Amino acid sequence: MITVIYFARLREALGKSSEQLALPAGVRDLAGLRAVLIARGGAWAVELAGSKPVRAAVNQDMAQNDTRVADGDEIAFFPPVTGG
Amino acid sequence: MTVRVQNEDFDAGREIAALRRGNAQVGAVAAFVGVVRDMNDGSAVADMELEHYPGMTEKAITGIIEQARTRWNIFDVLVVHRIGHLKPLDQIVLVVVASAHRGDAFAACEFVMDYLKTQAPFWKKEQTPDGARWVEARTSDDAAAERWQSKP
Repeated sequence: MITVIYFARLREALGKSSEQLALPAGVRDLAGLRAVLIARGGAWAVELAGSKPVRAAVNQDMAQNDTRVADGDEIAFFPPVTGG
Repeated sequence: MTVRVQNEDFDAGREIAALRRGNAQVGAVAAFVGVVRDMNDGSAVADMELEHYPGMTEKAITGIIEQARTRWNIFDVLVVHRIGHLKPLDQIVLVVVASAHRGDAFAACEFVMDYLKTQAPFWKKEQTPDGARWVEARTSDDAAAERWQSKP
């Protein structure tokens, strides 16, 4: 299983703050997981398909499209940060 | 180093005193306080809510302080960042750096703040007369962080 967490604008638009998923077959990196989520359609495609800026973290470190994703990982999707 | 994410307000004077207490090698303390303004992007802001990623936020700020330690000669760093509901005039963030000389203290303080703005997972949602809106990241903040990549 993997844990996927959503923050801020994404949490509101997707109507979900987190979920547990079986690591989908064939998913090896962040881009692969993102493609699986986009395939859900609707708000998932709108928020994650690239027209809006999205950042991600794997195991609480900032991650890129090619960052590896494995069973047991905690993955988060969120807008660019606006603290300070 | 100390990193705190909290709902409560902070007392900068007390935090500065605590950071340098008993260390006679400290010759300079630089501090930055970020405050909520009543206007942003042309709209009046009545209230804002700050969300964070528990665990990663603290980890990201700790990583930023560790980078600062490798670049400047500094004794200690404190970062306090507030979350939850805040209003105009409220304090949001405090960065304090103690070092032997002011150059290192000023530079490290600015570096920590610039990186915090672009790397630490916080998100602001503002209440304006037109309703609630998520604050958009600024490209000027990215530029502020990037200039440290070329400057010594």
